[in-house]
Amino acid sequence: MKLRAIAHSRTGDKGNTSNISVIAYDSRHYPLLRAQITSERVKAHFAGIVEGDVVRYELPGIAALNFVMTGALGGGVTRSLALDAHGKSLSSALLDLDIELTPDDKSIKP
Amino acid sequence: MPSISRARVFATTGNVSDVRTIRIGSGAGYSGDRVEPAVELAEKGAIDYLVFECLGERTVALAQQARMKNPDSGYDPLLEERMRAVLPLCAARGIKIVTNMGAANPEAAARKTAEIAKSLGVASLKIAAVVGDDVLDACKAGDFPIMEFEGSIKQLGNRLLSANAYLGAEPMAEALSTGADVVITGRASDPALFLAPMIHAFGWKMDDWNLLGQGTVAGHLLECAGQITGGYFADPGYKDVADLARLGFPIGEVGEDGSLVVTKVAGSGGAVTAQTCKEQLLYEVHDPTKYFQPDVVADFSAVTIEEIGPDRVRVSGGRGTKRTDTLKVSVGYVDSYIGEGQISYAGPGARARGQLALDIVRERLKLTGVAASELRFELVGVNSLHGAEVSAHAADPYEVRVRVAGRTETLREAIRIGNEVETLYTNGPAAGGGAWKSARDVVAVASVLLPRELAKPHIRFVEA
Repeated sequence: MKLRAIAHSRTGDKGNTSNISVIAYDSRHYPLLRAQITSERVKAHFAGIVEGDVVRYELPGIAALNFVMTGALGGGVTRSLALDAHGKSLSSALLDLDIELTPDDKSIKP
Repeated sequence: MPSISRARVFATTGNVSDVRTIRIGSGAGYSGDRVEPAVELAEKGAIDYLVFECLGERTVALAQQARMKNPDSGYDPLLEERMRAVLPLCAARGIKIVTNMGAANPEAAARKTAEIAKSLGVASLKIAAVVGDDVLDACKAGDFPIMEFEGSIKQLGNRLLSANAYLGAEPMAEALSTGADVVITGRASDPALFLAPMIHAFGWKMDDWNLLGQGTVAGHLLECAGQITGGYFADPGYKDVADLARLGFPIGEVGEDGSLVVTKVAGSGGAVTAQTCKEQLLYEVHDPTKYFQPDVVADFSAVTIEEIGPDRVRVSGGRGTKRTDTLKVSVGYVDSYIGEGQISYAGPGARARGQLALDIVRERLKLTGVAASELRFELVGVNSLHGAEVSAHAADPYEVRVRVAGRTETLREAIRIGNEVETLYTNGPAAGGGAWKSARDVVAVASVLLPRELAKPHIRFVEA
């Protein structure tokens, strides 16, 4: 199953750093996000885009994770050669990650 | 015009005490944003304040260049259109306007606004320009290190264009308290544009870190306008949003205790939901416990979000800690030049012809010795947004657009990149169409931290 089925996401930009939120539609899926969407996995998914680190912040109050990726925007929004200099489309790539539901998770209607 | 805010008193049903509340509308989320949603807010939003956030990261640097050519320019190009659209309504209803449309020249923007008010027959309007964000001289004198890369202000030499400190809410709040109907700033922190009316209306103390933190949450949520009412959100089948063509802009109902309900004008397009609020809460946020602002270090980590009615979302739990001793300064400089060319291929074999075109241009740039420090070769429709690795499994599309972009030290070299794409018309693969090219200078921004006392904001009034 794709992450897109249980979570939504938005990308923000500051300089050469991109942040991507991953927010559970249903807060009961938050532990699943926490367990499976690790910073290592996100860094591997964005190999070729992210040159720096990926740091994950946890926001259990809103059932969300926030990934902060340095060196992700082609040298910075204001100087990047990229078509999408802000990296606004990156959230869609993250939602394409596969996720495994346990039998318990499957009882939660997305 | 009344000089005191029309803070309304709302009876909170069943509660012991009434909480004074103001309604702040967000009339623009960036410089080119739609104009009518702000008119709708002024007409039907029952708002006390209308805020326009219109200043992008590098806009001040570009505006500074314009001001150097003409001392009466350097403010937002849409200022006139926006002010003409809302000034009479706001004056009639006593709605105060706060905006950073002053860009590199808040005083000229204030004079222009006064002129517009007169031409529209809007009488006795008090317009305040907040100046002092321009800290170019202080930055040059101190030679501060650049945060984003190795180097300092001095090393930018004559490529340095501008240095503007992100001012806090205090001078704007003071302008409101002195009776300003319109407050126009240059560079200020975006949430501070919203925090200023709260500080003014409620008399919040500038060291009440938790209130300033929660007020920053409100400002942060509202500053991108349509991004919290369903813009930058819709994903058909997953996240459907009605009537985006008539997207309503948000209203923050803020109580003197910092309580916040985000809503919008009834009947407008879009939606305010827990989901839209959560996405916007984390937009452009790094460590949620440390959202650095000129007035406070806000902490979003304990924020809770709750739908309390249709298009009504309560946001609570923002906190804060003491502000830092420095202000972030946005430094504009001439970075480089970018040359670019594009051409399209379609039908059977489109991707292969596009790839051949890229290979040809790559070889031509080498053969002809184009001096580029960085180059991108990509196929729009296949891999231009996320690169070859993330897009590796992409299916062949019906059409592709070749895109080559490169960074150079001179405009002359930049022009050669687009030319090499354009010559594919007669020298490249079959059936290439719609070639396009461009070459431009790149004004980029970087940041330095400046001791706060070196920025000296002050207010200049213009009467209309």
